[in-house]
Amino acid sequence: MIAEIGLASLWLAAVLALLQLAGGVLAFRTDGTGGENPMGMFIRPAAIVQAFFAACSFVALLYVFAVTDLSVKLVAANSHSAKPMIFKLAGSWGNHEGSMLLWVTVMAFSGALIAALERRLPERMMQATLAAQGFVALGFYAFLLFSSNPFERLEVPAPEGMGLNPLLQDIGLALHPPVLYFGYVGLSVAFSFAVGALLTRQVTPEFARVSRPWVLAAWVCLTMGITAGSYWAYYELGWGGWWFWDPVENASLMPWLAATALLHSISVLAARDALRAWTILLGVIAFSMSMLGTFLVRSGILTSVHAFAVDPERGMFILVLLGIYIGGALLLFGLRAGAVAEGERFAATSREGALVVNNVLLSATLGIVLLGTLYPLLTEAFDVRVSVGPNYFNPVSAIFVLPMLVVMAIGPLLRWRRDRLERVMKPLALLTVIGAVVLAIVALVADIAFLPLVGLALAAILAVASFIPLRRRKLTRVPLATWGMVVAHFGIAVALFGMASESAFSSERLAALEVGETAQAGPWRVTLNGVDPVAGPNWTALEGRLAVRAEDASRTSEPIMMAPQSRTFWAPVQQTTESALATRWNGQLYAVLGNQLDDGRWQLRLWWKPFVTFIWYGGLLIAFGGVLSIIGRVRKDLTRRSVRSRLASRRADERALEAAA
Amino acid sequence: MSALKAKHQRLVLGLIALLALVGAGLLAAYALRNQADYFYLPGQMLADPPRPDRDVRLGGMVEEGSLATQPDGVTLAFVVTDKDRARVPVRFSGIVPDLFVEGSGVVAEGRLRSDGVFEASNLLAKHDENYIPRELEDMTKAQAEQIVAETRAADPGT
Repeated sequence: MIAEIGLASLWLAAVLALLQLAGGVLAFRTDGTGGENPMGMFIRPAAIVQAFFAACSFVALLYVFAVTDLSVKLVAANSHSAKPMIFKLAGSWGNHEGSMLLWVTVMAFSGALIAALERRLPERMMQATLAAQGFVALGFYAFLLFSSNPFERLEVPAPEGMGLNPLLQDIGLALHPPVLYFGYVGLSVAFSFAVGALLTRQVTPEFARVSRPWVLAAWVCLTMGITAGSYWAYYELGWGGWWFWDPVENASLMPWLAATALLHSISVLAARDALRAWTILLGVIAFSMSMLGTFLVRSGILTSVHAFAVDPERGMFILVLLGIYIGGALLLFGLRAGAVAEGERFAATSREGALVVNNVLLSATLGIVLLGTLYPLLTEAFDVRVSVGPNYFNPVSAIFVLPMLVVMAIGPLLRWRRDRLERVMKPLALLTVIGAVVLAIVALVADIAFLPLVGLALAAILAVASFIPLRRRKLTRVPLATWGMVVAHFGIAVALFGMASESAFSSERLAALEVGETAQAGPWRVTLNGVDPVAGPNWTALEGRLAVRAEDASRTSEPIMMAPQSRTFWAPVQQTTESALATRWNGQLYAVLGNQLDDGRWQLRLWWKPFVTFIWYGGLLIAFGGVLSIIGRVRKDLTRRSVRSRLASRRADERALEAAA
Repeated sequence: MSALKAKHQRLVLGLIALLALVGAGLLAAYALRNQADYFYLPGQMLADPPRPDRDVRLGGMVEEGSLATQPDGVTLAFVVTDKDRARVPVRFSGIVPDLFVEGSGVVAEGRLRSDGVFEASNLLAKHDENYIPRELEDMTKAQAEQIVAETRAADPGT
């Protein structure tokens, strides 16, 4: 019954999205003749009610997963009665259909939010924006209802569920997709605003200010999603790496790159009324990338082109949707871009100039990642099988990322509109010296590869450069948004330091140990005390007991205990390696337990990774900077609005007085 | 900035952006031709061996009876074979994936040494019943069994 209610709610939500779109189209078309179409007044309520029904539908899905209703096909295929409750719930979005439902639910919610609260923009533009939002949502509803129904029943209920892939039974991964989806959907709002602005030909700083919190929020969510996903891959896969240039990872990186560019260009538009058409184009690209990402991951095209052929209906649907939205938006842009008047001008050496360079380089990096991700699909069409990995991505993206980081150090020091490099000569000289000193010291004491070497020097430069915008300013009066920029840029420096240090200084040890034997990994001595069987709620495991001491510590000192496991799940039957991590301020010791050899020894793989944790600390700092910016911007907008309304009411009072007199 | 230049600022900016993107595209196309890791079946690898400095992938079945652990306890030697019984010896140091056994499908990432031994840096095996490395998808279970059977027939000593 609950499943049917969920399905019915989904249909109702789809109808309301249609109403939202139709209302927008009618209101938009008749507006030219003067009178306002009555359909226009339905748009905002439709968006709010649509969110209600989408939420009902999603709650219904959560419910059938929570009670493990095995007559529902999706539950039978992805859940199991003997699974912890949190993973039962997480299982509802750990699959194609459920994740698409989560997508539209979040999207409907953000639509409802702007419909209920956003009153700053001209009503016509809001209607166009909400209509665009409804149009996008409609495509997703159609996709769910016609080819990915999450509430489909089985004719005969399954006796037991198939279970959730054990790799996904992890709290980090349970929460990681929703966070990424919030990011994707936030970009959909920015996209709808861009379409609304194009349709009404009002690409104004006001439009930029209204959509900026959404871009920022989306960007924060993407940053956190990528950071969490990277850490998950790091400890759960047991390969010791933190980024594999896997298509699934790239699918989240590409929208992030586009969102980063959009974030910066929208700031230029808001502050200086320049880069109008470019900002709109980036809005379209950012959302295209998030749709492409979702579909590439969820359709299974990337794991295998053959999966596409297994379910041609779903594959075609995906292609058509992508074509309609991306093609349509680009067509609209092509038609209307000429009508967008050129914005304010600026000199090449100016804050705007630096941001343009940043934008172009980010877009180029995006192009590099996109081509590398799609290339295997292209060659497979010609029956040549390739995979594209770090050999391609690392050096080629570095060509664009390294200059971008240099510009990132200088850009915030420049003034808007027009500046001279001579004015910032002193800080530039300081940064150059810092970079050169770090480069020289590292090159002398350690023999490391070119990219990590440059990375370490750039990290030092950026760490200092990110705080220079604060010099000679009273710290208590610095706007919150500026603090956000400082923290986020510093976060980039921290993450870059972690990446460079990890790839330059990691030491690995592969050993076969008898119980009681000791192996050395980096500055640590690791003793295998024993291997015991342990059991969890839906798995059994062999657990190694490792005692870790620093190499200069005495043998009697208190050791750090580590317990890597080799787990066997029984629903579905699968083995996973659970790595064990010992975190110190200056790095992480990473241990993986392998197989037992015929002579009784145990395989053990150990890494000492200096400062690897800084990668994720950096990611968190970047996201935190974004949060500071959002708070700062929204607070400023609220004060501005209350001042304006107070002015308006005073003016009204004066007028009333005059009329009375 | 001169008046003429200022008038066409948008055009100039657009051109610069376009140029950078086209440059990135060309660079990507060039790099992809040279840096993509090609996939080989054992037969292809024997017929047309890749250069020793190129990362490639080798996919096939682990030959029955070929799997041996070296005395150090962490280095494995085995032979990857295909349905034409081409055989490529492989070395791998590390912890093997959970479902890596003789007779199973495997994709090895690494380089072919000039002495004809494939030095694997990573092994991808079947993760679970639903997931097969995409390169092995064309080999159905029946084919795999046939390979194993043929290998046995060809090498009765094991």
